[in-house]
Amino acid sequence: MELVEAIILAVLAASTPLLIAATGELVTERSGVLNLGVEGMMIVGAACGFAGAWLTGSILIGALFGIVAGTLMSLIFALMALGLAVNQVATGLALTILGIGLSGLIGAGFVGERITPAAHLYIPGLTDIPLIGRVLFGEDAFVYFSLALIVGVWWFLYRARPGLILRACGDSHVSAHALGYPVLRIRTFAVMFGGACAGLAGAYLPLAYTPFFIPGMTAGRGWIALALVVFSSWRPGRLVVGAYLFGAVTILQLHAQGWGVGIPSQFMSALPYLATVIVLVLLSRARTGGSTAPAALGTVFVPDR
Amino acid sequence: MRKTLLALAAGLLLAGSVSAASAADKLKVGFIYLGPIGDLGWTYQHDLARQALVKELGDKIETTYLENVPEGPDAERAIEQLVRAGNKLIFTTSFGYMDPTLKVAKKYPNVHFEHSTGYKRDKNMSTYSAKWYQGRYIQGLIAAKMSKSGVLGYIGSFPIPEVVSGINATILAAQTINPNIKVKIIWANTWFDPGKEADAAKALIDQGADVIMQHTDSPAAMQVASERGKLAFGQDSEMIKFGPKTQLTSILDTWGPYYIARVKAELDGTWKSEDTWGGLDSHMFAMAPYTNMPDDVKKMAEDAQAAITAGKLHPFKCPVIGQDGKPVECKGGDHLDDGQILGMNFYVKGIDDKLPGK
Repeated sequence: MELVEAIILAVLAASTPLLIAATGELVTERSGVLNLGVEGMMIVGAACGFAGAWLTGSILIGALFGIVAGTLMSLIFALMALGLAVNQVATGLALTILGIGLSGLIGAGFVGERITPAAHLYIPGLTDIPLIGRVLFGEDAFVYFSLALIVGVWWFLYRARPGLILRACGDSHVSAHALGYPVLRIRTFAVMFGGACAGLAGAYLPLAYTPFFIPGMTAGRGWIALALVVFSSWRPGRLVVGAYLFGAVTILQLHAQGWGVGIPSQFMSALPYLATVIVLVLLSRARTGGSTAPAALGTVFVPDR
Repeated sequence: MRKTLLALAAGLLLAGSVSAASAADKLKVGFIYLGPIGDLGWTYQHDLARQALVKELGDKIETTYLENVPEGPDAERAIEQLVRAGNKLIFTTSFGYMDPTLKVAKKYPNVHFEHSTGYKRDKNMSTYSAKWYQGRYIQGLIAAKMSKSGVLGYIGSFPIPEVVSGINATILAAQTINPNIKVKIIWANTWFDPGKEADAAKALIDQGADVIMQHTDSPAAMQVASERGKLAFGQDSEMIKFGPKTQLTSILDTWGPYYIARVKAELDGTWKSEDTWGGLDSHMFAMAPYTNMPDDVKKMAEDAQAAITAGKLHPFKCPVIGQDGKPVECKGGDHLDDGQILGMNFYVKGIDDKLPGK
């Protein structure tokens, strides 16, 4: 029983950065912008988040540093891809390259330092309930925030008028523009939201997951977040399923190796990717019969031409 | 598309990280690094050695390094860049640079190359590596003494001979203390992913392991063991900062003396192609101080280290029993020979797991 609880806790911790980063990217892509710079924004968020927490001793300020850093990175993207109408794929990739270099520079002075990781919730009585106590009432603030975030995004996209307008920009920027909506401004906000989330997701790594900073510590999580958005067919509900499924299979394959199941470890390491892709593809086939990508995703929009 | 851009990215990174001080008629020595010099592990240790080299011979040489150079064909351009910049002795510090180094070496017969952990050589290309399994044997002794649960946790990177021989040396040593010792092995299938390494350490501890050892590069596992109140060994570098009450010892890569010796040979004109596989006796690596253990365990570790250094104790002394219960052919007299260790692709008896790919 204790082992089950330990596994669930590890799964939640492993899934949270993916969920936060993917939520941000989902909003960005729903507005019609493809920002492939998630990995770069994450790693800068990680470096700045650690720097903030180390300098002030506060995890909250560290998280805010991460959010601001991710947002600033996304503004570079917005300036290039929206302001100057440069190709979004190339700009996003360049942002990742920039982020990896920049984070190494920012983080250089902090390599080898330690901080106290984010505190876990403790409610006497509730947290002590066997099996579910620590899972429900003993997480760090990032985990609760990530769930609130995805619910908020779902509400915004499907129940609020601004969300409808944002989706309209993503499906047909010409129509949205014709109706008088400021397409580029809306997209800039969406890109900034994506950057803020990526920055926070990156900051989660040194603030809660492994409380130290090392260059390259995101190790490809930004790319996984991007893939999750595609395979969730741009729907918040499926995104949650995808992120947790990926985290769960990642942790379970490690445990399976420890138990000595005898399946080659190379296959086990590939399993999270395989399982997530298969399940999400099946989900989207069963419901809608095909991809539901925002129609204007990745296309350049220049008003009045 | 993505590949081209990544290549472009690598190029940009390279261009950005060339660092050199210019001076006339000094010997130029170049280094190719796999990771960033701040990785606290493999590359960090190579750069410490470069710094030691500069300290020792700084008035006669100047050094240049390229960091974050990806393994594979891309490395060729980086190595050539160092050649064109006038470097006469070039150290390529990762296994994956083997073929690129050889290719460049054939093209520039007047430049000397030193490749780390590989097995291909040429007239102007040497190889060098360390017998880390000796250190793993000492760690196995300590682990068996310190484990209360009798279960060790081992995080592997890739099932290559270097890692497998480390696991075998560990378990052979541990069995001399506790014949029933168990080891749980998790392959991370990466050298560097702090999050995944931490998850692997958590899984091992949750399954009952109380001493964690790793063959991956970040201090994440050490830090998890510290958080959970368990014990652990560092890797490549001193990691005691991440577990002041956790680290038992760590295998430290100390390339400095080798680099100094090779550069001196180059300066004297006595450099020639060689294959160096050094152990504790030749200071190719060192053990971090033995900490967080009682005095008798510390003494045992120090005695074992002295015996290995003096050549009196060989981790793979015969008979070595394979998983099938049969002794492994003993090619080195009373111990396995170097070739058998360098190509080790089997588990010894006592490991209840299957070697991936077997």
